[in-house]
Amino acid sequence: MSDTWLMTNLRAVKGRAYPRVIGASREPSWIFFEVALPLLTVAAYAYIYKFMDAPAAFIGFVILGGAMTAFWLNVLWGMASQLYWEKETGNLQLYMMAPISRMSLLAGMAVGGLIGTTMRAAATMIIGIGVFSITLDLSEPLMLVVVFMVTMIALYGMGMMFASLYLLLGREAWHMSNLMTEPIYLASGFYFPVKALGAYAAVGASVIPITLGLDALRQLFYPATSGEYGFLPIEVELLILAGLCVMFLILSKLSLDYMEKLGKRTGRLTLRWQ
Amino acid sequence: MPPAVETKALTRVFHPKKKKEGKSVTALAGVDLRIEQGELFGMLGPNGAGKTTLLKILSTLLLPTSGKAYVAGFDVETQFQAVRKRINMVSGGEISGYGLLTVKENLWMFTQFYGMKSQLALQRIDEMLDQFGLADKKDEKVRALSTGQRQKMNVIRGFVTDPEIIFLDEPTLGLDVNASRTIREYIVDWVGKRKDRTVLLTTHYMAEADQLCGRIAIIDDGRILACDTPENLKKMVKTSTMLKLDTTHLENKQGLSSIRGVEKFTFTDNPENNMTSLRFVLEDEAAVSDIVSSVIAGGAKILGLRKTEPTLEDVFIKLVGKGFE
Ligand SMILES: Nc1ncnc2c1ncn2[C@@H]1O[C@H](COP(=O)(O)OP(=O)(O)O)[C@@H](O)[C@H]1O
Ligand SMILES: [Mg+2]
Repeated sequence: MSDTWLMTNLRAVKGRAYPRVIGASREPSWIFFEVALPLLTVAAYAYIYKFMDAPAAFIGFVILGGAMTAFWLNVLWGMASQLYWEKETGNLQLYMMAPISRMSLLAGMAVGGLIGTTMRAAATMIIGIGVFSITLDLSEPLMLVVVFMVTMIALYGMGMMFASLYLLLGREAWHMSNLMTEPIYLASGFYFPVKALGAYAAVGASVIPITLGLDALRQLFYPATSGEYGFLPIEVELLILAGLCVMFLILSKLSLDYMEKLGKRTGRLTLRWQ
Repeated sequence: MPPAVETKALTRVFHPKKKKEGKSVTALAGVDLRIEQGELFGMLGPNGAGKTTLLKILSTLLLPTSGKAYVAGFDVETQFQAVRKRINMVSGGEISGYGLLTVKENLWMFTQFYGMKSQLALQRIDEMLDQFGLADKKDEKVRALSTGQRQKMNVIRGFVTDPEIIFLDEPTLGLDVNASRTIREYIVDWVGKRKDRTVLLTTHYMAEADQLCGRIAIIDDGRILACDTPENLKKMVKTSTMLKLDTTHLENKQGLSSIRGVEKFTFTDNPENNMTSLRFVLEDEAAVSDIVSSVIAGGAKILGLRKTEPTLEDVFIKLVGKGFE
């Protein structure tokens, strides 16, 4: 692993991230699907909570959950099903032929998706905070950033793993993503604290990194509600998230290698008729 | 210096996903090939001959079922990273890249997978866009390009990384005359100027192989039937006579092959104007009169009859006993 090997792979990450970052600004329809739609759902829940006289923090929880929706959708539709889609357009074989680590390609997809989505999630947050005059506690900015980053690495690591698995599944992949879109809102406690699910279900849902990440962010933004609504202490959640990062990155490397080997043997890496 | 490409008894069999979904297909059946550095080498064969399968194996996208393949001396199976650094590939009808990126952005993106410095990459892309007459399209979205323009872009993608060996899989497939010519001229110019660079091109256009390639392998059904310069290949049929014969619809053609002096023949029936076109490779010109009598006895009229210069098509007919389409 020489210097040039590292540089080549960093360039590959940058190259693959580029269309995602630039794409966000060129496809205005994404703004509708990933900012406006989540905001509508958020608003609906927010008004229900208002109507029910729920604690003010709940509205903040909802907005945070709504903003994070964008990341989940991006991981499902922009990471997990991506390689399958790339195969259909013929990009995959060009990627697989390039003298780089396949992880760089997935990392590029992830970095690009993360940057593009962060812009959209930030828009949801800012608008939500403005409209509902929310006040958030920002006394631990470093911890906020660390929790967010670790959550994202774990989440996108999971997306990277799914990318290879979906490729093996072929067409079924679309159904998988559809299937996973809805229930995750519930399981991850997007619209209410995960603790409300009960301890066992919450542990189950925690395999999905966004669950713990969201819970930790809520506790950081609303320290006063920690005791009542927080699922686990923030430090513990962070530790588990770090574990998930390592696990998903290793699993994604393994499934990528497996996918490549199998694909080269069966001829499924490339389109048959090209 | 190792050969640019070498294969030894290279075989590839595709198995159906499920047993009941049909039989296994042998796409390559023991291919032995040696291409030296600096060659513009052509693989000529009809659809389904195994051309793409060969290129996929050489470009490390597919494993051989048995046999060996080396690119620049490296085993494609075990030393694929070394192979990947030295190659690139372009296929006809490719739709790679991202529609929302511009031509220049797409090309730049692909250079990054080869670790090119952005500045060098962008400069080379500009030069090549110019050479291909695409300079005014560089800031257009890819989806706004015509088929020919798009394929020119794909060809630039392949050459811009300056590969030691480039694989071109039917690069002019379905293109208009002008786009084809630009691409062909670029290919010839590129190897001509660089003695250490190699092109392996597949095509099912006879004339393209004839015009471009220094050597040609004729491939059919996963086997290499002949491999030589176009001139030498055509010499294979030099002692034969080529005959083109147009008749009104000829129902019964079986008898023609048993006429003495007929080596091989092919035909196409054209129901639209009720004509049959036949093409003969004759060992003996004397067979012409027997052919004519046989056609007339079959109830058809002769519309045209002429001897032709041997082409690669005749070589193919002689080797395979059937036409190309
Ligand atoms: N992935 C695949 N699965 C099954 N059969 C395949 C696959 N790829 C190619 N084949 C078969 O292998 C043979 C050779 O195909 P190919 O190499 O694409 O030929 P060519 O490029 O010369 O047209 C054909 O019979 C084709 O149907
Ligand atoms: Mg082909």
